[in-house]
Amino acid sequence: MRGFVKRALAYFHQDSSKLIPFLFLLALVALPPLAMVWESLSVFVESLCPILVFGVLVSGLHLVTGTTGALHLGVAGFMALGAYTFAILASPVYPFQLSWAIALCGSAVVGALSGLLLGIPTLRLRGDYFAIVSLGFGEIVQDALRNMEPLTKGTIGINPLPGPQFLENGFGAPLGKVGWFYLLLAMVWVAVGLIVLIERSSLGRSWAALRDDELAARCMGISVNRSKVYAMVLGSALCGVAGGLWASYLGATGEPGNYDLQISVVVLCGLILGGIGNIWGSILGVFIMVGFNSLVLTRLTTLLTEAGIVSSGSVITSPMNWKYIIFGLSLVVLMRFRPDGLFPASIRRTGRLADKLSRDEAVS
Amino acid sequence: MISLLFQQVLTGLANGGIIALIALGYTMVYGVVELINFAHGDVFMLGAFLALTIVGLLGAPFVAEHPALCLSLLFVVVPLGCGSINLLIDRLAYQPLRSAPRLVVLVSAIGVSYILLNIGLFWGGVPMEVFNGGVSASAPKDFPSLISSAPLLSNSDLYISFRDLFVFCVTIPLLISLSLLVNRTRFGRSMRAVAQDPIAAQLCGIHSDTVIRWTFFLGGALAGFASVVYALYNNTIFFQMGYRVGLDAFTAAVLGGIGSLAGACIGGLAIGLIRALSDQCIATSWTNAVVFSVLILILLFRPSGILGRSFREKV
Repeated sequence: MRGFVKRALAYFHQDSSKLIPFLFLLALVALPPLAMVWESLSVFVESLCPILVFGVLVSGLHLVTGTTGALHLGVAGFMALGAYTFAILASPVYPFQLSWAIALCGSAVVGALSGLLLGIPTLRLRGDYFAIVSLGFGEIVQDALRNMEPLTKGTIGINPLPGPQFLENGFGAPLGKVGWFYLLLAMVWVAVGLIVLIERSSLGRSWAALRDDELAARCMGISVNRSKVYAMVLGSALCGVAGGLWASYLGATGEPGNYDLQISVVVLCGLILGGIGNIWGSILGVFIMVGFNSLVLTRLTTLLTEAGIVSSGSVITSPMNWKYIIFGLSLVVLMRFRPDGLFPASIRRTGRLADKLSRDEAVS
Repeated sequence: MISLLFQQVLTGLANGGIIALIALGYTMVYGVVELINFAHGDVFMLGAFLALTIVGLLGAPFVAEHPALCLSLLFVVVPLGCGSINLLIDRLAYQPLRSAPRLVVLVSAIGVSYILLNIGLFWGGVPMEVFNGGVSASAPKDFPSLISSAPLLSNSDLYISFRDLFVFCVTIPLLISLSLLVNRTRFGRSMRAVAQDPIAAQLCGIHSDTVIRWTFFLGGALAGFASVVYALYNNTIFFQMGYRVGLDAFTAAVLGGIGSLAGACIGGLAIGLIRALSDQCIATSWTNAVVFSVLILILLFRPSGILGRSFREKV
């Protein structure tokens, strides 16, 4: 135990880019008890649940984009596959009717398999080509789900979907808000913990190497394609799990069009805002980004409507209609002034230092 | 059956010509700065909204009286406007990042694309008659049909209108003049030099930055032409069309071999044909999936496209 604490302290030592998001995630554990004391906090318990699902999703994206540097614009597609797999396996409308946990494992497996199928041929491509292929994959998934009506119920989506039964059976009552909150928070912690462990393994070190310099990594004997495919498979599995959680939390898959590019871009914004390559920062980044989208903008819209400032006929006055500009501007401004994000990964910092040194050398 | 197929091929080629014009913008910019200009499709969308605004400002009676004057005005103002927008985007979002890693610029381009998308949404809410008084901003807008769709040739199942011909009348001269510009002029030569090696070009006395700026302008202007032709041909515009059509055009550019101008034209026509045939033979709802599958297959088996050259990374 003492050894573990010591190693954990060493991990966070003098690294505020990991420590601040870590403390934030830790503080979330205390939110439901605090909400019992202060009633005004109880809104957050419910509205943070969807954001926690995005936390799982961003850890999937982190494995692809954050570790290998391949820009992935199709996480929504993997999320959709996970959601529909979960729905088909667990819904009472279909013959399988598996238990919640097994259906969620099914989501992970389908996510991983599709990640493997897409990853093997496409990860050899240059970074910007991979971005477009993954974007195209996300579009194909939406169209396919919409068109395969007998299996996916087309634009209606599959409902109803069960929540986790193991808690229902254990306590005799369906999972409440607080239960969902802790379940999803635990999933985020599990995802982050897994990633931290993998990143300390030889596989994780090969990812860091090939992100910094693919050619150099290849020269050091790292099988670049294989480690990229591993990252893609693991990341897609996490995206699949996020999809399954999402569908289960909502109780329905919803329309296939819900899993569109916007989700992928919001999650990517969060990842970049937090700092590419730093899983802790990415989680906090996605909380800021999605929280802004679903909490702040919605609340602002209701407030302004109540105040009579927003009329339903006009587009410009409604804050919800400004979200694309806000996402876009945040990406452009971040790339211009802080391309490493709010919490840059420590590897990145040495990388930039090395860049600077070599530039100075070239000058002299 | 044959005439039905011919009809589809004709529609496909007409749409393919429009796609080719946009694809040229992608491929030219990629040639000089190695950036997938994600926002290019949205510049095309803004062009269509600019065209509709001009038509609205002129007023329906004037447009009905002088269609030729109105058309030539559109074909001058919209390309200039789109070129300037593209120039401005480059100045604000891409130029400061010239020496940054490629992904940083690509993410910036995605950001610009979202900003333009939002501007398109707001533009649709402008209280003008042509925008339905700006009531439902996100709804598709009707574009008045300035080109007659009267049949030039029609029998029971073949229908060729003047409008189909019009698309070719605009796209083919544009493609020819662009090819002359790139292959025969001093500017074209410097553009090709920058595409090959910006630093070497600079050493030879070419002002790379100016060439890059003009390339952005040219690409935007082509998107402007494409947007006018698209609006006149399809008679409906909507603010997400930049994303949809832009992806088709990008696919076309990759199919032809990104960086190659002739490739972009061939790719555009091919994508137009694939779309039309997929609409006819498979189902409209699967067409987007078919196009993307084509993109993925090309990248798998011939990542450098039909006419592109493959590069090996050098140490």
